[in-house]
Amino acid sequence: MSENKIQFLLNNERKVIENCDPNMTVLNYLREELSRKGTKEGCASGDCGACTAVLAEVVQSANSQTTEHLSYQSINTCITFLSALHGKQLVTVEDLQQGNKLHSVQQAMVDCHGSQCGFCTPGFVMSLFSLKKNLAQAKFSDATDNSPDVDLDKDIEHGLAGNLCRCTGYRSITEAAKQACNNDDVDQFEHEQAATIAQLKLIAQQQDTVELHNNGKSLYLPYTLDKLAQLVEQYPKAKLLAGGTDLALSVTQGMAQIQTMISMSNVRELAQINQTAKTLSIGAMVSYQQSHQLLSQYYPEFGQMLYRLGSTQVRNSGTLGGNVGNASPIGDTPPVLIALGARLVLRKGERTREISVEDYFVDYKVTQLESGEFIERIEIPKANSNKHLKVFKISKRLDDDISTVLACFYIKFTNKKVAEITIAFGGMAGIPKRAFACEQALMGREPSEQNIAVAMTALAKDFSPMSDVRASSEYRLQVAKNLVRKCFYELEQTHAATRIETFEVDTLDVRGVTHA
Amino acid sequence: MRKLSDVDKGLKGKKSSGAVGQSIKHESAEMHVTGKAVYTDDKLESLGQLHAAVGMATIASGHITAIDLSAVRAAQGVVAVITLDDIVGHTDIGPVFPGDPILTKDVVEFYGQAIFAVAATSHELAKQAVALAKIDYQETTPVLTIEQALKAKSFVRPPHSMKRGDSASAIEQAKHQLSGQIAIGGQEHFYLEGQIASVIPTEDGGMTVYSSSQHPAEVQKLVAEVLGIPFNRVVVDMKRMGGGFGGKETQAAGWSCLAAVLANKTQKAVKLRLNRSDDMMMTGKRHPFENHYQVGFNGQGVIEGIDLTVNGNCGYSPDLSDAIVDRAMFHADNGYYLDHVSITGNRCKTNTASNTAFRGFGGPQGMMIIECVMDDIAYSLGLDPLAVRKANLYGTDTRNITPYHQQVEHNNLAEMITKLELSSRYAERCQEIDDFNASSKFLKKGISLTPVKFGISFTAQHLNQAGALINIYTDGSVDVTHGGTEMGQGLHTKIAQIVAQVFGIAVDNVKVSATRTDKVPNASPTAASSGTDLNGKAAQNAAQTIKQRLIDFAVEHFAVDSDDISFSDDAIDAGQHKLSFVELVQKAYFARVSLSSTGFYRTPKIYYDRENAQGRPFFYFAMGASVSEVLIDTLTGEYKLLQTDILHDVGDSLNPAIDIGQIEGGYIQGVGWLTTEELHWNDKGRLLTTGPATYKIPAISDAPKVFNVELLKDSPNREATIYHSKAVGEPPFMLAISVWSALRAAIANAVPVQDRVKGVIPSLDTPATPERVLKAVQLINAQQGIATDE
Ligand SMILES: Cc1cc2nc3c(=O)[nH]c(=O)nc-3n(C[C@H](O)[C@H](O)[C@H](O)COP(=O)(O)OP(=O)(O)OC[C@H]3O[C@@H](n4cnc5c(N)ncnc54)[C@H](O)[C@@H]3O)c2cc1C
Ligand code: FES
Ligand code: FES
Repeated sequence: MSENKIQFLLNNERKVIENCDPNMTVLNYLREELSRKGTKEGCASGDCGACTAVLAEVVQSANSQTTEHLSYQSINTCITFLSALHGKQLVTVEDLQQGNKLHSVQQAMVDCHGSQCGFCTPGFVMSLFSLKKNLAQAKFSDATDNSPDVDLDKDIEHGLAGNLCRCTGYRSITEAAKQACNNDDVDQFEHEQAATIAQLKLIAQQQDTVELHNNGKSLYLPYTLDKLAQLVEQYPKAKLLAGGTDLALSVTQGMAQIQTMISMSNVRELAQINQTAKTLSIGAMVSYQQSHQLLSQYYPEFGQMLYRLGSTQVRNSGTLGGNVGNASPIGDTPPVLIALGARLVLRKGERTREISVEDYFVDYKVTQLESGEFIERIEIPKANSNKHLKVFKISKRLDDDISTVLACFYIKFTNKKVAEITIAFGGMAGIPKRAFACEQALMGREPSEQNIAVAMTALAKDFSPMSDVRASSEYRLQVAKNLVRKCFYELEQTHAATRIETFEVDTLDVRGVTHA
Repeated sequence: MRKLSDVDKGLKGKKSSGAVGQSIKHESAEMHVTGKAVYTDDKLESLGQLHAAVGMATIASGHITAIDLSAVRAAQGVVAVITLDDIVGHTDIGPVFPGDPILTKDVVEFYGQAIFAVAATSHELAKQAVALAKIDYQETTPVLTIEQALKAKSFVRPPHSMKRGDSASAIEQAKHQLSGQIAIGGQEHFYLEGQIASVIPTEDGGMTVYSSSQHPAEVQKLVAEVLGIPFNRVVVDMKRMGGGFGGKETQAAGWSCLAAVLANKTQKAVKLRLNRSDDMMMTGKRHPFENHYQVGFNGQGVIEGIDLTVNGNCGYSPDLSDAIVDRAMFHADNGYYLDHVSITGNRCKTNTASNTAFRGFGGPQGMMIIECVMDDIAYSLGLDPLAVRKANLYGTDTRNITPYHQQVEHNNLAEMITKLELSSRYAERCQEIDDFNASSKFLKKGISLTPVKFGISFTAQHLNQAGALINIYTDGSVDVTHGGTEMGQGLHTKIAQIVAQVFGIAVDNVKVSATRTDKVPNASPTAASSGTDLNGKAAQNAAQTIKQRLIDFAVEHFAVDSDDISFSDDAIDAGQHKLSFVELVQKAYFARVSLSSTGFYRTPKIYYDRENAQGRPFFYFAMGASVSEVLIDTLTGEYKLLQTDILHDVGDSLNPAIDIGQIEGGYIQGVGWLTTEELHWNDKGRLLTTGPATYKIPAISDAPKVFNVELLKDSPNREATIYHSKAVGEPPFMLAISVWSALRAAIANAVPVQDRVKGVIPSLDTPATPERVLKAVQLINAQQGIATDE
């Protein structure tokens, strides 16, 4: 059985799309089909945030007072295909104002002079809206939380890092964010939450695969893992769609047209994280945003790095599965997964098999994945208290930038000597890869100045990186070497400030803006 | 109209308390935050609306040998295709000098040059069709670098020099000599709204053009010339831009022209929007420069003689480059007195897109060389760079003549620097930084204070004029149009404040309408920071004309003396009589007084003899200073801007909130220019950084956590500018130079104090990416003989 319509709520209005090109982005749908021109295109590549809108979905509450609530996630509509809307509420900048009353996030932007040319503003407003919603939800779920303003500053930086503004220099926007997030007002979305949940559940009652066929192009949205497996096997040439933050670029930037797309976004089994005593098993449709907390809990440095993977919008959609699946040599998580000894559960039809992430990558953009097969889950061993994980992401810009080099070290010491070590790098070769020579140089030795120097030299045997727009080959190799030194320095000097991105500024000097 | 609107309703009740000087919100702020603000791409589309895309050259230099567009013409949705042969009027749209063909069919001068354009039923289909073109070329070796251009004497305009005194012998006779150079990278404008034009044919063979342009009058002129029709048949309407920064001064026009030719051919409305990568590939950027110096100075670091050469990479055509390289020369002194000086500027021609105006207009690149000299002198003598800067500042009564022989008047830089040193705790922080560096192994801090002196006026004298039109309606509401364009800088807000101030009415009663060529003709571009200076004065002039008529009317009507008439709080006092503004307007209307007037302004005092490089090109100077503190990682080259303190002089601010917004935004844009914004071309001249995925403008974490911005108090502009304010658009951009200088300080600090060798200079070309910073750290360590590796 199949249904052939995508159903969602446009704010409060139920929308049914029966006939559309599955390659259409939400941005083009809003601007061209609905004439909602408030959402802007600045890049069509997911990098500027001008097209930000918010998707709300029903989730189970951690708090016992309510059983479920709406979770609001900002997305880049320019790289989100229409299929992602199915079963969700889409909120755009036009929906925030009520009558003549601006929403508190809009009012804060006005009060703080947060717009100049205004072209980035709708995107900022929507990112702020979702930030405010999430902070309020977090506060509600965790009543003991009395986090000071330091956290708010970080939350604002993380929440807005995916929105570029060329005019303001951001100070006024940060100010607006503080004003908006410190305001405990109740908005119309909260008033209407129960009704919205009821409407969304109505759509969710349907459990049949959604199919759209348009002009020779097809989209499948299965609800179960088995059905997904069957479809992937049946259409081996189809493109598998997770968050789309990578795949959509082939359409919006690469001018490709995807003939057949199979989206995993409705497969419940894949949206779950299962835990055993020893492993975290992360489904292929779990977004970074959803796995972040758990990964941070076991591996703080992994969690820290994830804050710098893409932006909030990208992390709300993007998945670990997609990061491994696209087999990019500069994906941020594969080196970490390799170092941690993570494994992939691959599924083809009825068959499942396991393979280590390390073995999965064969050559540039070549993997062990067979035709008709896909990644079902990623199994990450839980942290071993004797082992140290160090992750370094080096990029030109701190926020939302692809890594020049990503280095990951996983080390166990016995009697001050290196007893176990895996080192993996991204950006240094055609695939994410281990630094065997470097590992070898350290294995069984004390991390003395001299041994470290030898290990640094050994990296030249492991890698001959390439030069590109991000950096030269020489820089990559030099930084990789220096990170070996930095890693051991940090392990030894655990309290020294060593990272610029987390360096705490003495904010006593804040006088802000003054004038006559 | 018989019955006028009720005077009691309408516009009463709103308080005005001297609109000028208030931090009034941007006139479009509420429309921005609700998504209601309409940009060119958001306008309602016409029935049968067509969308255009442009086909571009895929070599940087050579000839086209064959163009086959048959597949393009046959593609789905395509309605029209044009090449150079379809242009009936002018084919060269160079703004000042010829050299910018609207389309080419023979010579190709850069990768991305336009060859043909397509109109199709949708944006997507137009883009897809363009990709089907088959074009054959005969490639020649492109000139891609300044070095190659200098060697080949490949210039878009002849070199130019200015001098005062005898620099050669002064350098020779000085106690110390030093020479050096710096390469300064270009910068993509990255206006969030890309280039766009939307054109509708009119009944008389003309065009209505909606263009995201800083210079509607030029768009009008060029569209008319390209179509071969009189200017009065073309109306350009410009409501707002989603950012301009100079990138839409000249380079917005071509897209309007192409859309107009397609609209003319199809007699349909045609919209041409460049997607981001095409925009970055096809339009010019801030000029990269390579500058050299040779300097002689005394033991205190005071310059006694200096030779400077600034070499701008202009790209393939002159565009505005003559004036841009001139402005680099005009600012190669920044705030410093150069005794015995010669400055030469070369306008290098290369096979890249034609570089163009960008906030500062060459000024920043010129300033970089003298700030480089200040640092280098300090490092070579082992002095504090700030001490060297202070020792070289222009004097007030002596040492106050620029290299182009203009006297620097009202110079308050020294006083501003002293204030900023205090407010930023500069001296204490230097000590704190030394302490930190002594205890931190791999992270090192650096700090720097740099000044800015920026000349205000277009150096092309004729552009320093402006017009405005004010209409007052019988409900007392006021409509203003002027020649300036709104791109986010708050120009319209300030103009509304000025007009409200003249009439003593609430600013909400004044609306500034879209810039239109049929309302205010022949307007100059909104550029050179002059938008408010020029258009504000013109609007004030128009308002005063109407106000005088109202006064004359009131004198007669109420039989009072004109001295007894005053306008404030939406009301008029005329002797014993007090009436609301609306009432006066209505009485004046019935008495047949004209309630509409134009206004005009031209900047006084300025003149320039370019041949002899002497005169007063600038009406006045805008001043500012900044302190930046940075942290670098000496293992990776990564860095973070920790704290910024700025003191800036905007005269009597018309709107402090808007001025502060310009200062913060300009500063951060400058930080991007000098740090992460790196343009990459391959060896065939193809730009590789064509989107925000690879071209990194500052994001939120790049703004300093501590960001103190202060406007200099009690400092009216001594020249008779609009309410004694100062221009603010460009000058703050150059405040970012302190970040680059602080990075150099941090690099120097990478060497432990005990190992430092006097005279070693940390060199740092820009953009100072982590890679460049790491290289500089390695180099300075190598120079001091410290091993960094293995
Ligand atoms: C603005 C921006 C910033 C980014 N920044 C970063 C960054 O900092 N670091 C980084 O690593 N990446 C970054 N990315 C890339 C991208 O977001 C990530 O790689 C992300 O993890 C992809 O996940 P996704 O779910 O969106 O994948 P999708 O786009 O849905 O899929 C990517 C590819 O993997 C395949 N695939 C997806 N899931 C599976 C599966 N379960 N089994 C088999 N194949 C599968 C798809 O068919 C497709 O070919 C960025 C992208 C954008 C747009
Ligand atoms: S348009 Fe730039 S992120 Fe979507
Ligand atoms: S206000 Fe112009 S880009 Fe942000």
